[in-house]
Amino acid sequence: MDTAVTAQKKWWSGGHSPFNVSYGKLMMWYFLMSDAFTFGALLISYGTIRFMSTSWPDPNEVFHSFPFVSHTAHLPLVFVSLMTFILIMSSVTMVLAVHAGHMRDRKAVAKWMVWTIIGGIAFLSCQAWEWTHLHELGAWWGHNPFANEDGTIASTNFTNFFFTITGFHGLHVTSGVVLNIVILANVLKGTYDDRGHYEMVEKVGLYWHFVDLVWVFVFTCFYLL
Amino acid sequence: MEHTHTGVVHDEHGHDASTKGIWKTFWILLAITIFEVGLAFSYLEWHWMPRLFLNSIFVALTILKAFFIVAEFMHLRNEIRNLIMTILIPLMLFVWFIIAFLADGDSWKNMRKDLAPGKPAPAAMHVNTEEAHH
Repeated sequence: MDTAVTAQKKWWSGGHSPFNVSYGKLMMWYFLMSDAFTFGALLISYGTIRFMSTSWPDPNEVFHSFPFVSHTAHLPLVFVSLMTFILIMSSVTMVLAVHAGHMRDRKAVAKWMVWTIIGGIAFLSCQAWEWTHLHELGAWWGHNPFANEDGTIASTNFTNFFFTITGFHGLHVTSGVVLNIVILANVLKGTYDDRGHYEMVEKVGLYWHFVDLVWVFVFTCFYLL
Repeated sequence: MEHTHTGVVHDEHGHDASTKGIWKTFWILLAITIFEVGLAFSYLEWHWMPRLFLNSIFVALTILKAFFIVAEFMHLRNEIRNLIMTILIPLMLFVWFIIAFLADGDSWKNMRKDLAPGKPAPAAMHVNTEEAHH
């Protein structure tokens, strides 16, 4: 694809992509934009309900556990920071895979894709542990064992939003891992060498970074604020 | 494995430079996250600043992280201007969404507080608070 952008170039006169990207990549961008609105709607409705409530459970009291550490230990933010680190790390390995794809370095693409998949699975495992732990405490859709910050009994809004939004994000991570595995299989088969480019790695990479991007907002909205 | 190295040799320089950029972005994102968590911990320990101020910092840093992910990892900054605009301009709707919905939630809360069953009507409330002072 031509990347030389000249001032005289008539982008809209036909014969080439006016956005200088392939159809597939452009549509991935627009899909991600629409998905951003879906997540945005969920997070904004969460914010609206939280603003509407006179009090809300304190995240530092709710999320303070770590696997293999006594339940009485008070470790707010530690586990979710680890999850954030894993996801950022897997984003980095994804960019390195895309980068290796530009070099047509099949072995390197496969290596970084494998690391990205491992990162994704590690993140999902962490989330599975957190959900299991909260479920054991009695938290689920429609059940909220955590009191408000001011000591009053909380509504189920807190757990409903938490499980819906992190669940929807986890679903995105899951489909991202599946897509990454499909792409890895194609890389190993040599499909993209035959095709002459590794653009599919870039497209699935965009999706993967978006999942990381959403997590940045989920992390802030549920654990920091 | 001979064919796996095609195209690598003449790109050796660009390879180094952009891999460096990737890791730089990673360190920036990690540093911001560590700073956020550190700030949260220091607040838990000492409550040394207003909550609203702390939350504003968190939101600003989140947007900064989002910028780095989209610009560097998703390479949006290297796309042509028209593409960037078709993606970013629709997202500006969020500015209105956030302001309108959060304000709505806030007024809903105030209405529920002021008009809760058993609460005196707003006109009488002034008298009520006066009495409480005596």
